[in-house]
Amino acid sequence: MKDIFVRYGQRAALAGIDFAVGAGETVAVIGESGCGKSTLGRALLGLQPVAAGRVMFKGEDLATLPAATLRHRRRLMQMMFQDPQASLNPRMRIGETLAEPLVVHHLATWRTARTMVAEMLNRVGLSPAHAGRYPHEFSGGQRQRIAIARAMIAGPELVVADEPLSALDVTLQGQILDLLASLQQERALTYVFISHDLPVVRHLAGRVSVMLGGRIVEQGAPAELFAKPAHPYTAALCDAVPIADPRIARAKLLEKQPESHEGQPAPDACPFSVRCPHARPICIEAMPGLRSIAAGRQAACWLHEEPA
Amino acid sequence: MTAPLLDVSGLTIRFGATLAVDDISFTLGEGEAIGIVGESGSGKSATILAALRLHPASTTITGMLAFRGQDITQLSPDALRDLRGGQIAMIFQDPLTAFNPLMRIGKQIAEVLTRHRGLSRQAADAEAIRLLAQVGITEPARRARQYPHEFSGGMRQRVMIAQALAGDPALLIADEPTTALDPTVQAEIVRLIASLRRARGMGLIWVTHDLALMAGIVDRVLVMKSGRIVEDAAVDDLYRAPRHPYTRTLLAAVSRGIGP
Repeated sequence: MKDIFVRYGQRAALAGIDFAVGAGETVAVIGESGCGKSTLGRALLGLQPVAAGRVMFKGEDLATLPAATLRHRRRLMQMMFQDPQASLNPRMRIGETLAEPLVVHHLATWRTARTMVAEMLNRVGLSPAHAGRYPHEFSGGQRQRIAIARAMIAGPELVVADEPLSALDVTLQGQILDLLASLQQERALTYVFISHDLPVVRHLAGRVSVMLGGRIVEQGAPAELFAKPAHPYTAALCDAVPIADPRIARAKLLEKQPESHEGQPAPDACPFSVRCPHARPICIEAMPGLRSIAAGRQAACWLHEEPA
Repeated sequence: MTAPLLDVSGLTIRFGATLAVDDISFTLGEGEAIGIVGESGSGKSATILAALRLHPASTTITGMLAFRGQDITQLSPDALRDLRGGQIAMIFQDPLTAFNPLMRIGKQIAEVLTRHRGLSRQAADAEAIRLLAQVGITEPARRARQYPHEFSGGMRQRVMIAQALAGDPALLIADEPTTALDPTVQAEIVRLIASLRRARGMGLIWVTHDLALMAGIVDRVLVMKSGRIVEDAAVDDLYRAPRHPYTRTLLAAVSRGIGP
């Protein structure tokens, strides 16, 4: 992906993003609501018209591919959503929902798809007998397994998962994470994992991109990025992760915190400048580009630019 | 000995044929903060809706639910209205649905003040502005004249807290008040509620599925599963040495952290 701009009307949802994912990698995209992370996910799959820039998948520009070829490529790129309830057709039996991609991509006929559907249901921890049921007959965790089966059945290479765990109870999240990890191993999948759950990202991703206001403001390996955030926004995200230790949590609540502000940043300003403890006049004038600050590590912050 | 703030004993709640809460008992002292943790369907929300008698009509409730020695299940509708929004206040997950979209937020807070504290309209307007300042709203006089949709999610949650405080409650019930918010905003709201509770000596019931988030604000935790309380322990004991296997599962899920 090169220099992607996506615009909704006047507002830039993505403002000049370079984003690359290597085969077999797991890249997590984190950031708060409205930062553009879901838009980026859709743009990656060619589901989001881009105003400028190119989205390349295995060396091909998605925007210039003929419709028929694009349909064929779509088999290799799948998306998983936060709310499987909304993305599964309520009037279709699970068996049909899972068989559909196989038939559409000529991998099977409705008849021969049955065995593959049964195998897939087994693989995600459901039973082949579930094929005859409708989405509403399943629990939230089971529906998430169905969504995974649907995304995986046609043999994709790239799976973009948009907050796949956030609607689930905590005890189920671990099971779904394990399932995603084992599927990745056996199928050599590439994951783009869109999330705001830092602990999950920490344990799943090989690389993390932090998004803010339609830009990537920091990138790196999760261990280093979370241990020593280079961008103050990443630091704020890390600081907001709740700590499951009453003594530490109580002490933290008594610490002094900067006042929170709701002001709108100027159009060219760093979007974090309104709440950044390190903000300087230059932060309001412009935002620096993403630059390398260490091996495998980039940040876009004046703190890491040469003093003027 | 004076009665506890809230005394629940043998509370059983049925929605039609479904048993939502199965014979639970607990007490909450004046100024005490408890967390009720459980997953969807564990009965935690049913319990607090019952405490406010906000449950649907098809519900049957047995057992006792006493607020400062007075059985809530026996109260007249008028007495109930005095209690709710007054001595017992509640904040929800989604503040947008809790406000009247057509009324300025200052007026909505002032309404509580005239209703529950008998203030004149003028005094109520001034007090509403003071409450907005107390929950960290900048330029409170200007913002009091705005409508709910003009606030961001986090600010709206602050306004809802101001409205809850207007009745000068002895008990604040918070049902997943931060779930819909971004993590950094979530941390700010937790901080705000913790400091308000300290300053006012309010009792607090914090209902959540997230054990990590409430670690710093509650004194005691009730763990609910399938309508029952499976563990009731002081917060430090519960996190250090959880006794019930289910509590251990919940804790394991939130203890991942972001460290090495």
